[in-house]
Amino acid sequence: MEITEKDVAKTATKLSANEILEGKVLSVKWEPKLKYAWDNGPAIGRYLAELKNGRIIAKKCDKCHRIMIPPRMFCELCWVPTGEWVYVQDTGIVNTWVVSYVDWKATRLDIKGGVRPITPAVIEIDGASKGMGILHHLNEVDPWKIYQGMKVKALWKPPEERIGAITDIKYFKPI
Amino acid sequence: MAKRVAIIGIGTTGFRATTPDVSYRELTYEAATKAYLDAGIEPKDVGSFVSTAEDFFEGYSIADEYSPDQLGAVLKPIYTIPGDFIHSLASAYMMILSGIGDISVVQGMSKASNMLALSEMVTFAMDPIYNRPLKESPHAVAGMEMARFMYETGTTREQCAKVVVKNKRNALNNPLAGHGVLINLDYVLNSEVISYPLTQMDISPHSDGAVVVVLAAEETAKALSDKPIWIRGIGWCSDTPGLETRNWGEAVYAQLAADMAYKMAGIRYPRKEIDFAEINDEFSYKELQHLEAMRICKKGEAGPLTDIGGTEITGEFPVNPSGGCLGVGNLYELNGGHKVLEVVRQLRGEAGKDQLKNVTTGLAQSWRGVPTTTGTVVILSN
Amino acid sequence: MRKVAIVGAGLTKFYRNVQETPKELAYEATKMALDSCEMKLSDIECVVHGTAPDAFDGIHMKGEYLSDGSGAYRKPYMRHFVGGGTGVLSPIHGWFHVASGMFDTCLVVTEEKMSSAYPHPAGAFLTIFDHTTEQPLYPTLIWIFAIEMNRFMTTYGYRKEDIALVAVKNKKNAIDHPSAQLPGEITAQDVLNSEIMAWPVNRLDISPTSDGAAVIVLAAEHVARRVTEKPIWIDGVGWALDTAYWCTRDLYYPDYVEVAARQAYKMAGIKEPSKEIHIAEPYDPFTYKELHHIEGLQLCKRGQSVQMLLDGVTQKTGNLPCCPSGGALGVGNPIAATGLMKIIEIFLQLRGEAGKRQVPGKPTCGLAQAWGDLMQVGTVVVMRS
Repeated sequence: MEITEKDVAKTATKLSANEILEGKVLSVKWEPKLKYAWDNGPAIGRYLAELKNGRIIAKKCDKCHRIMIPPRMFCELCWVPTGEWVYVQDTGIVNTWVVSYVDWKATRLDIKGGVRPITPAVIEIDGASKGMGILHHLNEVDPWKIYQGMKVKALWKPPEERIGAITDIKYFKPI
Repeated sequence: MAKRVAIIGIGTTGFRATTPDVSYRELTYEAATKAYLDAGIEPKDVGSFVSTAEDFFEGYSIADEYSPDQLGAVLKPIYTIPGDFIHSLASAYMMILSGIGDISVVQGMSKASNMLALSEMVTFAMDPIYNRPLKESPHAVAGMEMARFMYETGTTREQCAKVVVKNKRNALNNPLAGHGVLINLDYVLNSEVISYPLTQMDISPHSDGAVVVVLAAEETAKALSDKPIWIRGIGWCSDTPGLETRNWGEAVYAQLAADMAYKMAGIRYPRKEIDFAEINDEFSYKELQHLEAMRICKKGEAGPLTDIGGTEITGEFPVNPSGGCLGVGNLYELNGGHKVLEVVRQLRGEAGKDQLKNVTTGLAQSWRGVPTTTGTVVILSN
Repeated sequence: MRKVAIVGAGLTKFYRNVQETPKELAYEATKMALDSCEMKLSDIECVVHGTAPDAFDGIHMKGEYLSDGSGAYRKPYMRHFVGGGTGVLSPIHGWFHVASGMFDTCLVVTEEKMSSAYPHPAGAFLTIFDHTTEQPLYPTLIWIFAIEMNRFMTTYGYRKEDIALVAVKNKKNAIDHPSAQLPGEITAQDVLNSEIMAWPVNRLDISPTSDGAAVIVLAAEHVARRVTEKPIWIDGVGWALDTAYWCTRDLYYPDYVEVAARQAYKMAGIKEPSKEIHIAEPYDPFTYKELHHIEGLQLCKRGQSVQMLLDGVTQKTGNLPCCPSGGALGVGNPIAATGLMKIIEIFLQLRGEAGKRQVPGKPTCGLAQAWGDLMQVGTVVVMRS
């Protein structure tokens, strides 16, 4: 029962993006207005509150002794509630990174026009256990000079602009 | 190869209108910890996990990503069913029978309070070409179904209102319930019209909460639990999703799902062989429609049975002694989980003030809500 | 445990934009699958459906909408979901419907219509990240792939020009696949010259977004033997999901694929996968992913996958052909349908019915694997003739 060209030929009709946008085929549009207000709970709630204060907080598991960031109320590996809160530093090292020429909608950035590519990275935070990283942006660094193990420090927004969000840290920059 | 499967552990956070102090992670962790303690197991004993989540209800595309941590399922076999809790229960049941481990865990959760655009979301589930452009409220779909059901069966608005009064009163004695209240018939009949004949009081308010259930194969169940609750029959069915092609008066999905479960359980006279039921009453008339679809009442009889108090806790066939969706809250994809939980509590004798006497077999039934025609049924015995 | 076999299959052509509605796509593939084994819808006792994020098709509770197009009218129907791993979870989900003894036949349907999402389906991936700690940074899925590829390359010292050979191989294999969206003969240099999306990922390192559907029919042994002379048995299944805290994981190695693979190998009685697996379809949404997964599947030692590629082992004529179908890179990547497309490829290959794509040597044991979520899930199925 080989599946041949003939078998699949009539199964789908190819369209080009233009045919749709120019209205050459009938189509329906809908823009969903979806809004959510997520309860963050005690762990992430404290994490955000501390970010507003210009500090990063983690939580420790008494069984495996990992100091975990973002903090969590229970250790997902040991299956026990976590113990003490631990302040960690706002410095770290780059675990891995990207030099991105597109934004979240897959729209190309105007690199030739001088726009800086986006350089997100996983940053292992000093004071947390080895390998505990968070996602954030890197800036004030040549995108092509970033390397694994590069030391970086958080650049915070001024206190009056902080709202208790991960964006209270503008980005990390090399020390 | 296991032939019988039982529920050996249940855990829940209870259900209330908002849960601002905890995120979905802590909610599920609490229910899971309680369930594992109840069953006497640890995550490492579990062969498979099933979580229940619909992307848009959670607010994540791929809600599945956020399921393993709070169940202790990291690097274990776990997946998500975007469906009703009882679908997940059926999957876990089939996995045990197929030899994937002896113990399976099923999870469901509702954070309905976090969804600020619920009506918009339900509209988003309707057919994008034929239905959505009409911009009808999802309650209109329920209203139309209620009208047709009343027309075909002779059920009255008063009978539907009695369901509301009964279930909300039952919920007052249920420590897990979030919407128990004492009201009278007139209050329901005179409440604000939403989509005639549907009024505000005919519609369940929503609640947050989590439920985790532990299943085990026969040998293991008997070894770990002194009150295993056996799955005697389980069924699920999807009718046509089209609004244009469905049967508006009868809940055919409930009938077919129930038939499948009855056949498996060897039940021929459900009204006699089953002692009580927890069924979907998301809209008041649904309780009556489902009772008739599942052949617990003949067509047109569910209303009169309610009139004479036959579905009260003290009645001949108690329906929703827990308070149902009307008294506990609409939990969306967790509704089935709540029904299963309450049936298990009753069969174990743990239902407190709402405890029914001498019950051996209970039925839990669920529906996925507007605009679906998907239903599930499970029959449990102690 | 009852034996379960795949007895029929069907799939649509994969395109970037199709005119058909999601329901119609599912219908076309379902019809083809039923016709292929001369079964009717009334022979089917239950249906399972796999389809990835609702955000693509733009329909909440997408499973409900697709149920009638999947042949599930008034039948027991369930949808399952593990992100991109769904396509290979689908046969597993269907498998235990039959293996448990509850049903004798099962229709496994996968469908995806990514093109419905505007301005670009990639935007839907914003919402897979943690809503509080990550979404405010406006991440996109390409970043995590690039992050993982970077870590993979740096750990082993792999070079982009070698990894690019995966695209060369797969797109060439795809020339012979009837459904293929992007078949063609390209060179490693073409990949390196293609537009940078997010270094180290270039455009030709990535499989396209696609619309398509794929369906298989499962049957218990006594039915399978009546329906076909060449049932292909599902002998091993495995799946595993890692923690959502992906920033704490070392991304160079997919633990979750190893755990899933071991579960499947144990069930199938396989002790030395690199010898006992004759043909493999690892998931290849990005070039490096095929290599990443081959290492996780224990088909070679860690750090050896590039050498395996350079030695020609994974070519169609090699000792362990990988992605003879053309993979996601060549045929297209309608997420859930891709996984099942790979299952269908192994099905056809083990029956000797893969036409021009047929690998030499009469393979009798093959595997298909998919991956998904936030670099989290591995799903593996081992099949034998």
